Amino acid sequence: MPDELDELGAHIERMRPECVLGWSVDFGELNVEVASASVVAFAEFLKADMTCRFSTLVDVTAVDRPGRDARFEVVYHFLSMHRNQRIRTRCGLREDDMIASITGVFPAANWFEREVYDMFGIMFTGHPDLRRILTDYGFAGHPLRKDFPTTGYTEVRYDDALKRVVYEPVKLTQEYRQFDFMSPWEGAEYILPDEGGSGAGD
Amino acid sequence: MMDGHFDDVRTGEQRIRNFNINFGPQHPAAHGVLRLVLELDGEIVERCDPHIGLLHRGTEKLMESRTYLQNLPYFDRLDYVAPMNQEHAWCLAIEKLTGTAIPRRASIIRVLYSEIGRILNHLLNVTTQAMDVGALTPPLWGFEEREKLMVFYERACGARLHAAYFRPGGVHRDLPQELIDDIDRWAGGFPGVLDDIDGLLTENRIFKQRNVDIGVVSEQDALDWGFSGVMVRGSGLAWDLRRAQPYECYDEFEFGIPVGRHGDCYDRYLVRMGEMRESLKIIRQACDKLRTEKGDVLVRGKLTPPSRAEMKSSMEALIHHFKLYTEGFHVPEGEVYAAVEAPKGEFGVYLVADGSNRPYRAKIRAPGFLHLQAMDHVAGGHQLADVAAIIGTMDVVFGEIDR
Repeated sequence: MPDELDELGAHIERMRPECVLGWSVDFGELNVEVASASVVAFAEFLKADMTCRFSTLVDVTAVDRPGRDARFEVVYHFLSMHRNQRIRTRCGLREDDMIASITGVFPAANWFEREVYDMFGIMFTGHPDLRRILTDYGFAGHPLRKDFPTTGYTEVRYDDALKRVVYEPVKLTQEYRQFDFMSPWEGAEYILPDEGGSGAGD
Repeated sequence: MMDGHFDDVRTGEQRIRNFNINFGPQHPAAHGVLRLVLELDGEIVERCDPHIGLLHRGTEKLMESRTYLQNLPYFDRLDYVAPMNQEHAWCLAIEKLTGTAIPRRASIIRVLYSEIGRILNHLLNVTTQAMDVGALTPPLWGFEEREKLMVFYERACGARLHAAYFRPGGVHRDLPQELIDDIDRWAGGFPGVLDDIDGLLTENRIFKQRNVDIGVVSEQDALDWGFSGVMVRGSGLAWDLRRAQPYECYDEFEFGIPVGRHGDCYDRYLVRMGEMRESLKIIRQACDKLRTEKGDVLVRGKLTPPSRAEMKSSMEALIHHFKLYTEGFHVPEGEVYAAVEAPKGEFGVYLVADGSNRPYRAKIRAPGFLHLQAMDHVAGGHQLADVAAIIGTMDVVFGEIDR
């Protein structure tokens, strides 16, 4: 299996050198890095090429890595029922970049891209209907970004006086608890309030 | 936008317009909290816009702030009619990243309970779909059997629904021999129940009128819309992850893959009935194997707790136990996609680990999400009453679609 994946990776790179930025086989899975500008062309190639025949789109999602220059990574999973292979395609994206929608090639991408837009705020150009999908009507913000708090910003309750549901800023009786399990002896970096710098000093 | 403007309509005669109706979110045939905005031309569906997310709980966001083990019970709450199958995908993803091989007995137990989950799911789906199209008896009979299977769940892990039984590295507890015997005995009697349901539905005139040639999905549609599970098998593609990309020890079991021909609602019903019979074969084989295959059900190591007896005598074991249930285990950096053939189709987890005790990102790929997405395509041109039949055979559960 891994040999086949190596061959497939080499084949893809040979056929589409302008799209592929790099590829690797990790944990028995083929990963291909693709330039964000050539996503649609690459998806078309994966679908049409006889050695690939990745005719099924399994998943589209994104990963937020705020530390990186290209903050978002849009990840596509494809499956070939003909060749019994899977492939993962990733492409980096800056925060204000847009990426082309692949709904023209794979209709199944429609809701996935809506979900990525909803959750990460990544815009897909050429998408037929880019609305929010999972969050509430009128929701603001993109919950799966790392800078979005897990508790959210608003909470909902039924107001007896107004006889309707009201939205209010979230009130917590206690901070949302995020335990830090880093051992202080193993290089956890604590920022002490008065020193301003990083690293614990004494 | 939804109701449109009809300023251009002038005469009373011309004031015929398409109807927009809301199907759900409180409709008994919507199988949960589905809201469909249907645009009707008379009784014909012209456009169907599913509004989902009414059961969105932010599972993926919550998972980022919890340890790997704390995240496991979230998977029970996705597709709550077959909970253990979801846990399976999560365990497989972690085991793939950590390179853990689980003991054989645990592997067989997982197969056994995955198949019980499949029967749980199909029983619910087949019978409630029949209810959607007008039959009341099948769900009553089906739920009686589901009740027995729930008891098997309970006897294995203490919970009827939210099992948290599959753990990274194996399964939580071993099964007692009496339970295995009882499951085997039940499996002996269940074909009779299936025959009864068969007798009620398969040749039933009303049931066939409501399902045959309704919601036809061609092979090409199934590929384009990313279908999996029964939705592709009903259309004639013999695609089953248990056979195509065997995980666990499915390659040791003998079972068939029922395949439909027309891709309509009726074929999907037949495929589900066939799959239950095949699952029974697997269950009986698994029970046989479990009689001879003894041994531990958890790999002993970082991922799993030490045995109770060991904790009584060893300080290290006690510390390990404490650290495991507070801090949790660390998973090496990397990303994997692990998929299982859940009853509804390919259920996958895309896990990005950064080496800490919490997943950096976990994406849950639910089969129902894609099936429901194609609703506009499949239901377009059908009658309003067929929408209920189509939703029924698409087998949507909002726990997994909305996440």
